Parts: sequence; C-alpha cells; structure tokens
Amino acid sequence: MSTLTQQELVLGLFEAAPATFLSLRQLGKESFYAQGMPALKSEEYKFTPIAKKLESCLTDFSPAKPVKISADQVKSAVFAGFEGVVLVFSNGQYLPELSNSTEGLTVNLLSKTENTPLGSIAKADKDPFTALNQATFTDGLHVSIDNKKVIESPILLLQFHQARGGQVISPRIWIEAGDFSKATFIDYQVSLDDAPYFVNKVVEIKGGVHANITYHSLQEESNQVIEVSNVVTDIQQDSQFTSTQITLSGDMVRNNLTLNLLGSNSVGNMYGLYLLKGKTHVDNHTNVDHTIPHAESNELYKGILADQSRGVFNGKIFVRQIAQKTNAFQQNNNILLSDDAIINTKPQLEIWADDVKCSHGCTVGQLDEEALFYLQARGIDKITARGLLLYAFAGEVLDKIEEDSLRNYIVNQIQKRLGSNF
Amino acid sequence: MLSIKNLHASIEGTPILRGINLEVKAGEVHAIMGPNGSGKSTLASVLAGREEYEVTEGEVLFQGKELLALSPEDRAREGVFLAFQYPIEIPGVSTTNFLRTALNQVREYRGQEPLDAVKFLSLMKEKMALVEIDQKLLSRSLNEGFSGGEKKRNEIFQMAMLNPVLSILDETDSGLDIDALRIVSNGVNKLKSDTTATIVVTHYQRLLDYIVPDFVHVLYKGRIVKSGTKELALELEEKGYDWIKEEVDSTATV
Ligand SMILES: Nc1ncnc2c1ncn2[C@@H]1O[C@H](COP(=O)(O)OP(=O)(O)OP(=O)(O)O)[C@@H](O)[C@H]1O
Ligand SMILES: [Mg+2]
Repeated sequence: MSTLTQQELVLGLFEAAPATFLSLRQLGKESFYAQGMPALKSEEYKFTPIAKKLESCLTDFSPAKPVKISADQVKSAVFAGFEGVVLVFSNGQYLPELSNSTEGLTVNLLSKTENTPLGSIAKADKDPFTALNQATFTDGLHVSIDNKKVIESPILLLQFHQARGGQVISPRIWIEAGDFSKATFIDYQVSLDDAPYFVNKVVEIKGGVHANITYHSLQEESNQVIEVSNVVTDIQQDSQFTSTQITLSGDMVRNNLTLNLLGSNSVGNMYGLYLLKGKTHVDNHTNVDHTIPHAESNELYKGILADQSRGVFNGKIFVRQIAQKTNAFQQNNNILLSDDAIINTKPQLEIWADDVKCSHGCTVGQLDEEALFYLQARGIDKITARGLLLYAFAGEVLDKIEEDSLRNYIVNQIQKRLGSNF
Repeated sequence: MLSIKNLHASIEGTPILRGINLEVKAGEVHAIMGPNGSGKSTLASVLAGREEYEVTEGEVLFQGKELLALSPEDRAREGVFLAFQYPIEIPGVSTTNFLRTALNQVREYRGQEPLDAVKFLSLMKEKMALVEIDQKLLSRSLNEGFSGGEKKRNEIFQMAMLNPVLSILDETDSGLDIDALRIVSNGVNKLKSDTTATIVVTHYQRLLDYIVPDFVHVLYKGRIVKSGTKELALELEEKGYDWIKEEVDSTATV
C-alpha cells in the first residue's frame, strides 16, 4: 500500500468520525503515521502480508454504518441453550434496545462514560492496528463488573457485521472487572452476508485483584473478511484470566493477544484452536509479560490446516528479571491435511530471571495413518475415522471451554466439517 | 471360508510374502508359526487391508468374496478381525467412544438395527466380564499408558464386541501373564463356533495348550513351508526351526 493510500485510509476514516474522542483519535492518527502499515519485511507481520491484502481487497475506506438488526436475527444467532446476557452490536455500534443486562453489570456507550482511560492498556504505539483503531473508532462499549460480583451466566458480545466494498469496522471495547469479581465473556462475530470488509477490533480488559475473567472468542465470519483483533489485558494480584480463541474461517485473520501479569499469584491462560481450509490465513500472535514474581502462564494452541490454508503461531513469553518463580508453559501442535497447507510456528522466549520454570514445544505433523487404519480395521469408514481422530486432537482445547452452549455449538460446527471430508 | 491362493505381497518394492496358500474352513483353528521376520504379521496386515503392502500376485476369497477388493472397513464389516501384535495408542479416543461407532457401522452393513446407548452398555458389560477387563481402562485414551497385557486384553475385548467370522490373533499371547493368558484364551474359545474360524499367530506352545489348533503351519521367508496338526507345534517347541530352515534352504531354487 502506498503512503498516499494509507493517508487516504486514515483520513477518510478519521474525518468521517464524529468529534467525540477527538484528542485521543488525533494521538492514534499520529501514532499510526509514525508506525505506518506493517511493511512486507516487518518482523511482527512477517508471514502475514496484511497491508498487501488490504490494498487488494478494500475499495472503500470509509467506516461501515450500522445496519438494522432484528430481534429475530439476534435470537437465531444466539447458541442453543445459551442463558445469559446478550449485548448486540451492529458494525461495532452497540445496540442497547436489543441487549439486556444483569445485576452487578453496567453497560454503557463509551461516549456516555466519563474518563475511560482508553489506550492505557492497548497502547497505540505497540501496534499499528491498535493505533489505527484509536484513530478511527467512532464509539464503543464500556462494560464494568462491580467489586465482589460473581456473574455466573456468560455475557455474549454478539457482533453483526455487514459492509459494502470492503468498508472498515472498528469495534472498541473496554471491560473493567472489579476486585473479587468473576465473569465470562463470549466474543462472537457474525457476517450477515459474503461481502468483504475489514474489522479492526481493540478490546481492553482491566482486571481487579482476585478477579477471574474468561474471554472466549469465536471467529467464523465469511471467507471474504479481513480481520485484526487486539485483545490486551492487565492481570492483577491473585487473579486469573483465560482466553480461548477459536477461528474457523475468514480470508486473513490476525489475532494479537497480550497478557500483562502485574500482580503475584496471577494466572494467565491462553488457549486456541484454528481449523482452516480453502485459502484462509490465520495468524495468532500471543504475548505474555511476566512483570512480577510468582505468576503463571499456560498456553495451548492447536491447528488443523487443509487445502491451501495458512497458519501462523508466534508465542512470546517475556519474563522480566524480577519475575522469579515464574511458571510459563507453551505448546503449539498442528496437523496438516494437505501438502499445500503451511504453518509457521515460533516460540519466542525472552527470559531474564534465573529461577523460572518454562517449557515450550511445537509439533507439525500429518494425520496418523496407523491410527486411521486401526479404526478402519474395526469397521469405521475412513471419513468418520478421520473425524474421530481430528476431533480428539481438537478436543484438548475445546475441553477448556466451560460454557456448555458455546462448546456444544463449536463441537457441532466442527463435526459438520470433520464428518464431511473437512 | 478363507481361501488364499499364491499370495505375493511386497513393501516398498521388497517382496515379503512369496506365494502363500492357505485354506481355512468354518469351525477350524489354524496356528501360524515361524521365525521372526518370516512374514506372519505381514500376512495378517494384508488380510486386514493395510495399504502400505502391495499385493503383486494371487487372490484371497473370504466367504466367496474377493477380500482384496474390499476397503479395510468393509473387510471388518464382512467379519474379518485382526488383533494387532502391536496395538497403537490413540490419544483422545477411548475404546468405548470409538467402539460404539464401529459396532453400529458394522451392524448397519449387516442390515441390523443400531444399538442404543443402553443396549450397547449391557453388551459391553457382558463382554467385559468375558475377558475380565476393567471399565476404567475402556474409558481412557485407547492404549495410552496401557501395560502390554492390557493392550492385548483390550484387543480381545474388541473382538468379543464385534463378533467376527474370522479372527486373526497376531501374537496375542505375548505380554500376557499366566493368568491373563488363560482368561484371554478362554474368552477366545467361548467366541468360537461352527460358523467362525480363528488364525492364531504365535511363537509358543503354551497358547496352543489353551486354544487348540486343528492345523499348524510354518511360515518361512514368505511361504508356508510346512503344515501339520497340533503335534507339529510340539515338535517345533522341542527342536526349533533350524531343521525346517535347512530343509527349505537346501531345496530352494531361487
Ligand atoms: N515397512 C517396512 N519396510 C521394509 N521392510 C519391512 C516393513 N515392514 C516389514 N518389513 C519386513 O518384512 C519382514 C516380515 O515382517 P513381519 O512383521 O511380517 O514378520 P513376522 O513374521 O510377523 O515377525 P515376528 O515374529 O517378529 O513378529 C521383516 O523382515 C520386516 O523387516
Ligand atoms: Mg509379527
């Protein structure tokens, strides 16, 4: 993408936005100009030529306006058996009239909330797309959970997307979890049709002490969609944060997940599963920063790649010098179902403390032919046998999802694919 | 029931089976013995349909059907069962979990109604008792961390569940302790009938004390070089294979 188009992109989006957050957006714009679109040789975006992708697929650098969403659409998008809070969005715009809430949970538009320190967790200068979002978002959602409030039922962030000519959608979400609070979020994005668009999302999660936050994200948008997601969280003392990132489709998807472990006895869990086919390209970059002693991070990402799909996994574990007694575990396992599928997997460990337990491993393999034969020799047809094996492989990640309605939904979606030659 | 005629098979261009002839009738037990590397497991694998082996010559009829033309799953559904010499481990898949799928696919092929969860469970209970296998083992990942004996027991448990017409037991006795050998053999014997047949591959007479063969064959260098009755096994136990090897090697033309 030439510099001119970059400018056009940002200016088009910047100017289209209302005057709210003007100074914040101004800073975002400057930060974006300073960083620029990731160049082809950019280390962080090495295997994911997103600038090129945007250049070739986007024709309309304007923000996608919210489209009308009906109560029926909401009803049919919610997973069977789901009981909880539903917060509905249309092209990043929160729709209170279709949403509900629960005791201890406060939901508001960002524009109606005073003094939200946007950009203090997801910092614009860390990533050009975070900067781009900060420059171009129009409004967003502010969610807070009261101190000591344990919200047992899950909170679904149901995000409908539909745009023309590859417009840009810039969702911005701020979550604040009080001390001793507990909540589970499900970030679920749905394409309303097959038209291309670019979603550039930023989610900032500020945890209190002794908080327990789970953030599930399910991506199954159309195969025309380009998406960048930045989820950043600050994890305080005695707290636990768990992320599960499930990606089933898309054109080019880049997920940046950053966990800042800021208090002792904090735990960060990062789980992911990507099931790719066609030409889908999915890049998961995770980054956990152990800034204090006595914290733990666990990471397991698994991928099954068919056809000409492409996967990238980059897991950064940063253990600062004072972060003694850190436990950090990372695992990335992949099965390639075709000769044309590609996975680039890279653990990136930077360990400055000496008394730590760290382990990491990655595997890339094919489906186990011996296991396939064993099951066939018991009378199971090849496709079902394959499905059983792939499902067993993926199951380790799916088991981490405690919310039944979500897990059952994903299991169903996956089984439809695994049972039909993927 | 099973008729193998002049069967040749090779792997990666190396001939392993070099003209096997074998007739097995319903109700019979055949033992196949022979030195290490002679091709016993290869024969079992070729019959079960392992794709790595290329059949270069010969034919196999199973109940009148061309066995070699069938996929591995259809062979199983027709009633061929192979108890593997080295059962593999499959993480994340438990015996219970795949066996119901297997059994119902086999039943469907045979025109039988699928078993519901309750019926499946009661069948499992019955067959578990037969080979004295623990339910806990069956709900764990298949063979993962199983002892050698537990793996073999699990193979025979699966055989009991699938109720095959022709069972091929490849060194099922190896790894079994004395009690387990008796239990598993008794299980196999109980599953025998006038309409089924068994091929046992073994190195030792002690299995044949329990599962008494009608015929004993010696496989050597990819051919059956000697056949006899159960007395042949006793003779081998006593004398080893050298005398047979000499006999064969001295008359060998190729
Ligand atoms: N994948 C392979 N590539 C090359 N040679 C092979 C392969 N698999 C088997 N063989 C060879 O085929 C021959 C027969 O092997 P097979 O396993 O059938 O022997 P066996 O009679 O069952 O021996 P054992 O009594 O030790 O179980 C051996 O020499 C073996 O090394
Ligand atoms: Mg063998």
